[in-house]
Amino acid sequence: MLDRYQRITKTAIIRACVVLCLVLLPMGEAQLAETVLKFENDEQSALYLRLTEEFRCLKCQNQNLADSNADLAQDLRNEIYQAVVSGQGRQEISDYLVARYGDFVLYRPPVKKITYLLWFGPFVLLLFAIIGGWRLITRKPVIDAPEPSDALEDARRRLED
Amino acid sequence: MIAELGQFALILALCAAVVLAVLPFVGSFIVQPQWMALARPAALLQLLMMTISYFALTSTFITNDFSVLYTANTSNSQLPLIYKISGVWGGHEGSILLWVWVLAIWTGAVAIFSKHMPAILLSRVLSILGMISIGFMLFVLITSNPFERIFPVPVDGASLNPLLQDIGMAAHPPLLYMGYVGFSVAFAFAIAALLGGELDSATLRWMRPWTNIAWMFLTLGIALGSYWAYYELGWGGWWFWDPVENASFMPWLLGTALIHSLAASEKRGIFKAWTVLLAVLAFSLSLLGTFIVRSGVLTSVHSFAADPARGRFILFFLAIVVGLSLLLFAIRAHKLKSHANFELISRESALLLNNILLLVACAAVLLGTLYPLFLDALDMGKISVGPQYFNTVFAPLMLPVIMVVGIGALLNWKKDKLKGRQTTLLALIVLSLIAGAVFAMQFNPYKITAAAAIGLAIWVVASSAYGVYYRLRNKRNRLSAAMHTPAAFWGMTIAHIGMGVFTLGVALTSMFADEQTVRMGVGETHEIAGYEFRFDRIEDVRGANYIATQATFVVTKEQSAVSTLVAEKRIYNVRRDTMTEAGIDGGLTRDLFIALGEHLGEGQWSVRLQYKPFIRWIWFGTVFMALGGLLAAVDRRYRVAATTQKRAEAATKAKAVSAAAGAAS
Repeated sequence: MLDRYQRITKTAIIRACVVLCLVLLPMGEAQLAETVLKFENDEQSALYLRLTEEFRCLKCQNQNLADSNADLAQDLRNEIYQAVVSGQGRQEISDYLVARYGDFVLYRPPVKKITYLLWFGPFVLLLFAIIGGWRLITRKPVIDAPEPSDALEDARRRLED
Repeated sequence: MIAELGQFALILALCAAVVLAVLPFVGSFIVQPQWMALARPAALLQLLMMTISYFALTSTFITNDFSVLYTANTSNSQLPLIYKISGVWGGHEGSILLWVWVLAIWTGAVAIFSKHMPAILLSRVLSILGMISIGFMLFVLITSNPFERIFPVPVDGASLNPLLQDIGMAAHPPLLYMGYVGFSVAFAFAIAALLGGELDSATLRWMRPWTNIAWMFLTLGIALGSYWAYYELGWGGWWFWDPVENASFMPWLLGTALIHSLAASEKRGIFKAWTVLLAVLAFSLSLLGTFIVRSGVLTSVHSFAADPARGRFILFFLAIVVGLSLLLFAIRAHKLKSHANFELISRESALLLNNILLLVACAAVLLGTLYPLFLDALDMGKISVGPQYFNTVFAPLMLPVIMVVGIGALLNWKKDKLKGRQTTLLALIVLSLIAGAVFAMQFNPYKITAAAAIGLAIWVVASSAYGVYYRLRNKRNRLSAAMHTPAAFWGMTIAHIGMGVFTLGVALTSMFADEQTVRMGVGETHEIAGYEFRFDRIEDVRGANYIATQATFVVTKEQSAVSTLVAEKRIYNVRRDTMTEAGIDGGLTRDLFIALGEHLGEGQWSVRLQYKPFIRWIWFGTVFMALGGLLAAVDRRYRVAATTQKRAEAATKAKAVSAAAGAAS
């Protein structure tokens, strides 16, 4: 019984220390920096990071939103941030951006009729290549004998004559 | 004057290339030894003229001769000397001139190092290289002349893009070109084999070291480009699946396949037609890469149409080269018969699997790179194909390659029951996975995928090392046996171990990297991955040709100092471009990376902090691979073959002499 009380007290003291540290730290010389964007939880932060990497900066040669310094990319980042913070999901945000800018904005092309070849082509090719390779391995043994030489051919012809 | 000299030398080089492409080639068919004998001197003359031409252009950069249009567009008097020299390939015209010079170097090298090659083969190989030279020299002279003058002469040049003012970027293009232009030699051998209707193991032995060296350069070139992108672009990524990167990666994938199928063709006389096809395709993809990068088709298919001369020329040339070679292949490939059989479990099968997977992986990269261009050109819509596509498709194709690389190397040719090795291999698999599981505990949070990936990397290294042990198992004196093991074997082993090192780097970086963008002012701290970054000071500094805002950060871990990082934002004098110079603390187990973002006002800056575990292993792995390629190329076997041939030749000559003496007496 006593044991348990001790443990609880101990936890309480540790907790108090942590809180105290958190309160006191900013008052010290070194101030803790804050992230530029604030999110309610880690999921939102991860979603934001993921989305800015999945969408393309529309006027850059080949850059995602996260890496681009272009104004347009900044605006879109802001919009995505607002949407994420207001609790919208990945699909919702993606649908909205695609409706406005088309498939071009997506770095992961959607699977639809015109992209079937893109998505399935490599695997169809792999299938064919494996079938071809399998047939090469399991084909009937070719006799390693040398091909009849011209001299032999010649002799045979003479014999037949 | 110097510029005119350069242009004149280029025209003379073109003349040499025409002689090289025509006379020895025709001579090899109508058996004219004198015509064939022209091949080597013509190749060397072409090299000499191209060298003069290239140095002439370089000298206009060094002497600030801005009356040359290209120099005025690319250089500037303030530019440090090293970047004047590397600036020569900083623009379109100069980089194509470098391309042609590198081709002349390869051609000259073949002429110098292949003295003992049969005359017919040598003259055809050199002639085919000469034909490629003609195409590119005409391209330079007609569409991209770097020696053109400009009047009135500008006071100073427009300067080199600051992104390119960097040592890594200075070395990247020459290495890359040495690599993919180097595949032209394998291509020339393949075409010569098709023309001759046979590909014997002597020819294959000639082909192998050239292919290995080209592959080594390409590996280093790509790795250096990746490293440059990592520290210079300021985002901390190491591979972006950018079309320009893909353009060099596709020949690499096929080149890797080619190295392996060459081994099977030479040792066992199989896959001959396939090897020839790979050599043709690898070089075709190098040309395609040049087209993709140089035509402007990337910015948009429409910008290509707006300035069509260059793009059209390369596309036309590409069509001729690929079309003719494939036509030749279709007509002649049946002559390259492969007789040998092999069973399911054999080294041949492993090499076949390697080839299938690398080819399909290359096809996927090609498809992803060109798909948006084709859709756009056909007006079927605009899409983007980014890393998410490539990673999804590429990773499952490469995974089996990595899994079997170690086993493949220790299988016997023709037929193997893995006798006596099954238990050891099984034990190695289990031990690798356990080691992976234990090692993964170093990282937070614990990921089962991380354990598997680390286990895989350890397995690659362990099985390759076991291959070494297995080879030396019956030798009495292992050390001396190891010394006498051919360099090619060590090359293979080291390259495969490099694959494992690379895998480890990629897996750990992609799974455990931490990244945060924070708002920081001087004196503030932020912690990621256990490292505390303190913004120490910010100041303005003046560089050779730029002004920089320099931020200094002090990094500590558990109260002890780790390092001091300096991140810069530079504004270059002439072009007024802003450049981010990241502050990086590199280490064996992790990199810390700081990029300074925009000023948010009131002394606050947006700062991007990154923690990248094991990222250097990615480049270590590629260095291992390149070293392996080099070792495999310098194997004594290739030189012994040449010496034996020399001896045989000497013997024939002696016989001829004694016969002549006999006739005389």
